[in-house]
Amino acid sequence: MIDALIIGAGPAGLSAAIACAKQDLSVVVIDEFYRAGGRLLGQLHQEPDGTWWNGIEEALRLDREARALGVDIRCGVSVYDVSRTPGGWNVSTTAGKMETPLLLIATGASETAVPVPGWTLPGVMSIGAAQVMTNVQRVRVGERGVVIGVNILSVAIARELQLAGIQIDRMILPPASSITGNAGLPEEVMRALLRVAHLAPSPLLRWGSRFMHSHWMQSLAVRLYPSRGFPMWDIPIQLRTAALEIVGKAQVEGVRIAQITPDGQPIFGTEQLIPADFVCIAGGLSPLAELAAIAGCPFAYVPSLGGHVPIHNDQMQTALPGLFVAGNITGVESAKVAMAQGKVAGLSMAHARGALTDLSPLTDAIRDVKAVRQRATIQFHPDIDDGRALVEKLALAP
Amino acid sequence: MSQRIVQHPVLGSLVQGKPLHFTFNGDSYTAYEGETIAAALLASGVRTLRVHEEKGTPRGIYCNIGHCYECRVHVDGVPTVRACMTVVKDGMQVSAGTVLPTPLKKGGHTS
Repeated sequence: MIDALIIGAGPAGLSAAIACAKQDLSVVVIDEFYRAGGRLLGQLHQEPDGTWWNGIEEALRLDREARALGVDIRCGVSVYDVSRTPGGWNVSTTAGKMETPLLLIATGASETAVPVPGWTLPGVMSIGAAQVMTNVQRVRVGERGVVIGVNILSVAIARELQLAGIQIDRMILPPASSITGNAGLPEEVMRALLRVAHLAPSPLLRWGSRFMHSHWMQSLAVRLYPSRGFPMWDIPIQLRTAALEIVGKAQVEGVRIAQITPDGQPIFGTEQLIPADFVCIAGGLSPLAELAAIAGCPFAYVPSLGGHVPIHNDQMQTALPGLFVAGNITGVESAKVAMAQGKVAGLSMAHARGALTDLSPLTDAIRDVKAVRQRATIQFHPDIDDGRALVEKLALAP
Repeated sequence: MSQRIVQHPVLGSLVQGKPLHFTFNGDSYTAYEGETIAAALLASGVRTLRVHEEKGTPRGIYCNIGHCYECRVHVDGVPTVRACMTVVKDGMQVSAGTVLPTPLKKGGHTS
């Protein structure tokens, strides 16, 4: 009989497994992907001090540490149901049913699909797909492509594709619609980008930050934004251009684009067709929380955390006995925050099994999550702290 | 020509596993141990993994991490296998799905 089952072998799940196993719990981790690491796999960015954050190495390090502690990691296993039993949880997987007293759901986040006419053509993929193909599978997704959707994630991944020798012709916005929401509005996209100005010293951000003082000036900045865009790492970021349609017969051949007004409407007569052999669509991330919903967790809708999140307390416990959550399922943040949360969840589970004689490691780990969040170089949303506080408050409500 | 990224300025040289052989729609391809069906085919320039079951339009990978099922193929006779999540094994037979009958749809086809 195991003590804990962890769904998701990403930064949160593996860190939790390590923390549990160190307290002598018997732990199984399952993941649907064919190798451990979750979305650590593929991450590659330069820290402010110049060193490279290589997600593949981080994943290997966690995987090795967990296995050395006796954690049983099973890849290529999908979970399709979880249900409560008198003594814990019953988990239905493609490798059979599993019983566990404690269950941690650490399924991470998924990319939001942004429908653009022509997006089913081979050669069109999500930006995360291109990231994994390039950095993990080491296969070129194309020679020269267009990225539709300008956000912190897509800018970082565009840079990663460029590092691998793949050309990004330009980054543009999706067509404005009720589905694309703020992602199709130049002013909103610009405001979001300027929040990460410290990450990429570029002419765009230097130029834009002069306009940040008031809302009125931000609107002015968008009106004055040059149609050719500003380069970031030599990739033109065109906030006043949108994709109208991806075109091609058997695969992507190009993108029909147009200049757009500050509120995202195409300007008549500015249409043109640009050649491209691949297209990446970037719609941002939202918590992948279906299993928590199936389990019966109460949820809260918190936009600053990326969408619907299972309500949980600072010890990563949900309202349901024996059910824990950690990582991006609780809100979209960096992998380092996910690791810190995983450690908390692991120690909480050890505590629930009566394995923790001293509670100070748990309280330290909880404090560490906040410290890591404060230090994070990539902040996915400016109001994350408020979102976190709201969820914790809801968890305390009777 | 292979589309594999052999040299990378930060990640270093590609370490390739041992070569494996598999077929896709009857044609022979080479994969290296540890590669997924989707990656091995893309490396050989194959982007279309199936056709839409009703319209017959071409489809390839979209999410590459198992969420969207756009890359579903038949593997050794088993349908609806995700090419992006399935590691190639030596001798594997992979095929794209075909257009399926839509006899109940107005103007649909029966075979």
